[in-house]
Amino acid sequence: MLGLGILRGLVETWRNFQGSYYDPARLTTVQYPEEKLPPQENARTFPFLVFDGNEPLAGLRCTACSICAVECPAHCIHIVKDTLKKPDYLGKMQFHPKVFNIDMAVCMECGICAEVCPFDSIKMDHVFELSGVDRKMILEKTDLAKPNDYFHKIHPLEAATVDAARAAEQRKAQAKKAAAPVPAAV
Amino acid sequence: MIAPPGIQAPAAVDSISHDLLEVAMGPHHPSTHGVFRMNVVLDGETVVKLTPVFGYLHRNHEKIAEKNSYLASIPYTDRLDYICSMTNNWAYVLSVEKLTGLAVPERAEYIRVIVAELTRLFNHACLAGFLLQDMGALGTPMMYAFREREKILDLFESLTGSRMMCNYMRFGGCRCDLTAGWLEQAATVVAGFDSFLDHFEALLNGNEILCARSQGVGVLPAGLAVNAGVTGPGLRASGVNYDIRKVDQYGIYNRFKFRVPLGRCGDVFDRYMMRILEMRESLKILGQALHDIPAGAIIDPKAKLRNLRPKPGEAYGRIESPKGELGFYLISDGGSAPYRYRVRPPSLINLTVLEDMCLGHAIADVVIILGSIDIVLGEVDR
Repeated sequence: MLGLGILRGLVETWRNFQGSYYDPARLTTVQYPEEKLPPQENARTFPFLVFDGNEPLAGLRCTACSICAVECPAHCIHIVKDTLKKPDYLGKMQFHPKVFNIDMAVCMECGICAEVCPFDSIKMDHVFELSGVDRKMILEKTDLAKPNDYFHKIHPLEAATVDAARAAEQRKAQAKKAAAPVPAAV
Repeated sequence: MIAPPGIQAPAAVDSISHDLLEVAMGPHHPSTHGVFRMNVVLDGETVVKLTPVFGYLHRNHEKIAEKNSYLASIPYTDRLDYICSMTNNWAYVLSVEKLTGLAVPERAEYIRVIVAELTRLFNHACLAGFLLQDMGALGTPMMYAFREREKILDLFESLTGSRMMCNYMRFGGCRCDLTAGWLEQAATVVAGFDSFLDHFEALLNGNEILCARSQGVGVLPAGLAVNAGVTGPGLRASGVNYDIRKVDQYGIYNRFKFRVPLGRCGDVFDRYMMRILEMRESLKILGQALHDIPAGAIIDPKAKLRNLRPKPGEAYGRIESPKGELGFYLISDGGSAPYRYRVRPPSLINLTVLEDMCLGHAIADVVIILGSIDIVLGEVDR
């Protein structure tokens, strides 16, 4: 009979419409911005720089090795090395970034910088409401630096793994130092 | 685009009854699925000539890949067919694996099959939704399809960090292991998808408007489809049994029991049904893969991501992406970037038969014929 298929389809639509009044599982959307879904732990938006301790610029883990800048597919990271070396968490002397800029207009949030970073310094953030009133799209290291506690807050599992690995390395380095008390030449 | 190619003003305008009308549909048109233009010459409502014009979304993908390292091209492949980033990743890493001779651990192969089939599920569901929207069913089928897609995208986000731009596969494996409870969530989604398909078919399959609009419209003969290099569901709808999952058996597809649905007429309805039937087969594959997935490593220990310099040589890796044969052809000269990087995009090559399918049909049918090809302009223009 002509029209039967249409009627059957309309019954299906009606059942969905009615069901949404009785079954909360059928309500698939949330009322953003009043209501927000919690982000997934693995979610990634823009990169940020992790620092240890309380002082953002002194505690930066970044050693200005430029691996992320080389590997970045969009080439949106710009790094200038400082001339001075500072001891890192293992007591090794390392360079630090004098300039560390990320062009947020170019960054495509792929996460390759965080993946290739050998110092666990650059990680992916969860922030997503980033619209502003000015045109500041290039973030400098002062904007990018965020504490390790923040990293723990957004990526608890990953941060715990990273901290455990770093603590193990630190213990190893201290044991080595205790065995050979003469400090290595800089 | 300067001077649209191939279209001259209608030459012989001998009488009012034979006035031809040239219409530029697009590039900004709700039915063109992206920035794509069709220059259509009409006799009344009937199409007498159709010229596709594309290139509006050209982003220099291939040349960028020839400047960047092998690793840095993976996020760019996400953006080719931006609906199915996982299958794009797979085709690219498959060709790099062929170039470098890397092996992929068992678990990673299973993960790849699972995410690729999930991608196929929501790609086909969305295609059916879009197609129905082109036919005038504004919203409902598309929103039902998007509701299911959202569940799969949530899975992708918890696995890879991003809903659409997954950037997940790596040479010799995958980037990260499944999160705790991911397989159970995936099994729930797959189970729910089966009942969604039942409802979707109840909603649509017997629908008189769908049948009247799509049956006998846009017929693609098997011979033409083969000669034009059409692949994917469009080719199988014409009755040609060619599925790269069966032909090449890349990855571990030889372990799964599934069938390849074939169409008979090659019209829009067959292409629509092909998607529905392929989703059912994908669910079968997913059921087996989610059941059989072993524990183990997810990346080859020999795999090198940074500073990858394959030996000079060439490789072509291809997979059955939801849209057809997606291939990457790489030539290495031993450097850190490929000497030549070429994408064989299924969307572009399937689009070449558009005029043949549209001639003689009304302009309203052009919209659904285009919709049934399943193109994504990110892949057409690259």
